[in-house]
Amino acid sequence: MIKRLKVSLVGNPNSGKSTLFNRLTGLNQKIANFPGVTVEKKTGSMTINSGDGFDYQIDITDLPGTYSLYPKTLEEQIPFQVLCDPTNESHPDVTVIIADGTNLKRSLFLCSQIVDLKSPAILVVNMMDQVTKSGVEINFIRLSKELGIPVIPMNARDGDGIDFLKKAIISKITVPENDFIDTALFAPEVVQSIRQSVKLNSNYVAFQIANNIDQISFFNDRQERRAQIKEILNRHGFDHSIMQASETLKRYEVISLLVKQVVKAKNAIPSKEKTFTKKLDNLLMHRFWGYFIFLAILFVIFQAVFAWAAWPMEMVDEAFTWMSIKVHDAIPEGVFNDLLVEGILAGLGGVVIFIPQIVLLFTFIAILEDTGYMARVSFMMDKLLRRFGLNGRSVIPLISGVACAVPAILSARTIASWKERLITILVTPLMSCSARLPVYALLISLVVPDHKYLGIIGLQGLVLFALYLIGFIAAMGSALLMKFLVKAKERSYFIMEIPVYRMPRWKNIGYTIVEKVRVFIFEAGKVIVAISVVLWVLSSSGPGAAFKDVKSQLETADPADTQLQNHLAAEKLRLSYAGITGRAIEPIIEPLGFDWKIGIALITSFAAREVFVGTMSTIYSVGGSDEDIATVREKMMAEKNDKTGLPQYNLAVGWSLMLFYAFAMQCMSTMAVVRRETGSWKWPLIQFAFMGVLAYISSFIIFRILS
Amino acid sequence: MQGDFKKLSEIKLGESAVIESFTDDTMKLKLLEMGCLPGEVVTVTRFAPFGDPMAIAVADSMLSLRMSEAANVLVSVRS
Repeated sequence: MIKRLKVSLVGNPNSGKSTLFNRLTGLNQKIANFPGVTVEKKTGSMTINSGDGFDYQIDITDLPGTYSLYPKTLEEQIPFQVLCDPTNESHPDVTVIIADGTNLKRSLFLCSQIVDLKSPAILVVNMMDQVTKSGVEINFIRLSKELGIPVIPMNARDGDGIDFLKKAIISKITVPENDFIDTALFAPEVVQSIRQSVKLNSNYVAFQIANNIDQISFFNDRQERRAQIKEILNRHGFDHSIMQASETLKRYEVISLLVKQVVKAKNAIPSKEKTFTKKLDNLLMHRFWGYFIFLAILFVIFQAVFAWAAWPMEMVDEAFTWMSIKVHDAIPEGVFNDLLVEGILAGLGGVVIFIPQIVLLFTFIAILEDTGYMARVSFMMDKLLRRFGLNGRSVIPLISGVACAVPAILSARTIASWKERLITILVTPLMSCSARLPVYALLISLVVPDHKYLGIIGLQGLVLFALYLIGFIAAMGSALLMKFLVKAKERSYFIMEIPVYRMPRWKNIGYTIVEKVRVFIFEAGKVIVAISVVLWVLSSSGPGAAFKDVKSQLETADPADTQLQNHLAAEKLRLSYAGITGRAIEPIIEPLGFDWKIGIALITSFAAREVFVGTMSTIYSVGGSDEDIATVREKMMAEKNDKTGLPQYNLAVGWSLMLFYAFAMQCMSTMAVVRRETGSWKWPLIQFAFMGVLAYISSFIIFRILS
Repeated sequence: MQGDFKKLSEIKLGESAVIESFTDDTMKLKLLEMGCLPGEVVTVTRFAPFGDPMAIAVADSMLSLRMSEAANVLVSVRS
């Protein structure tokens, strides 16, 4: 027989929660969002055989790290909602609390809050190897008795204690009998009135509801109840900041006594980790070497992302070319063949080719975060970034923005101040993401000569670097502008923990990367492939007799007469739906030096910027099957301007296009994510308009200067 | 009474002090949760290269906070 159980993991940041989660679930993981918010919801499952004929199917939810049940940031809302609201779809049968054994006091704070919710819970005391090494002993039996819940010592890195945890999860767990502290004492009438009004497990749930009446989703369908409770709160003059402070102080008071009873420091040795951390920090946070090392690390990352990824990317490209040819030959000629090769396969190739870069970039970012280095970078950069209306923690989104703005914007959630978070979200898309790279690569190879300075520094590479720099400068400049325009909702703060350095947990990093790639392929991939297909349809069909006429001429034309073939193919494109759209916007983009073919690319690029290259290859090779960039490049090079008869892609047009791509908001996914993160279409639309104007003006100016 | 206390932001590098009280409610709640309780000893362990933010060691962990935030924490220096 199979029994199902829902388990939630909850704990402080850096307590080893993800390591435990990975230990328990392995690769049986899914990432989705909690309903209504873009907070990542990691769920996984495992099966436990109890040995008495039952199999338990355990569904585990990894809740975002938090120091207390009181929600202060968007992420911290989730543990509160899930644990305090019994009607929440993720509300667990068993809550597993992970405590950092080297910082037991603070971990017990969150633990004691959960104990008072009076639902089944287990405490895991993690990092026992370090606790033992520092000469500290913990009396687990006593701790368990005082808390009223099972306590399991663990070293999640090595897997010590996992089996005990599994056994504990499936054994009948009774709810803690006694309150850790009785919160009803702080506001007796309020707690009592709330418990009379709704059925609840404990005084503390009522107390939490009183403190967070506006946040809890419990009353979303019962607004009259919410109003009723608010009325109770008003009547008794309930002041939640006084209440929270009293609760916190009382809890720590009891915890201090408890810790004195259960923790024995026999021969306290100063922890090696702390001494090592201090030494390393002297170097890594040094006023000169600190920045120097950070820049050097960034340099290595850029080199890796662009140089090391080149080889696997070429392989992916060749594999797709090979596949296109095979598929093209294997299936009879016709619409289906064309759709498959020019639409779907071309689109898929455009997605898969980015995987090497994404893997490399996220590996580096994951290592920097996991070791604790990112917290130091945030610390060092806070003052500089604050001048631009940003926050030390904006470093992570800004750097991640070089890969993709979508996960970068999600990582801005750790910024507690709304204003700084909003500005970070608004300027991150100006950082040159990896989708711009193929566009830059193609255009640079078209208009920038392959000069070498000093034998090694290539002009093309310098231009690429300049484009990244321009993106960064634009982001900082815009942030400065917005600092004066955006109104602050609350005061900003930068209180965060600086963890001790730890060796990266390679398994965690591995899982993170697998997940990021999975999300990229399935989320971004869907859009890109769909757009490729739509684009193929729009450029291979058109209205009226003229299109049909050209199409049939093309089909009957002599295959050997390539000149006639090309002429007819171009004519067909011009008359297609895509061509009509491109020509319709031509008057608007003409001042920037763009023609209607570029116009088509600009429109389709809105799905994702890298679609530019695909569009160019579709436009310039409809009828052919070669997706190789080199051939697109040759065709674009040969392209003549209709009016002047000179090459269409000259320096002026090239720069104008590159700047346009550097600044314009041409990404549906980013806009969708900004909408979710800011809660309305207001900000993505402002962002779209701002970036569009910036792009148009810059392109116009550079085109005038260079031509 | 506040005259006897210093602001945490006025404590010099390497010096320790005892937390007494807070002058800002939001900051107070956040700091309390992180273990910065009245009576705890804080040691200023580091300043960021431009003198702000600061890093403090308190109750087994290292926290960073901006000088403007540290100005809301009143401490007494042990003699």
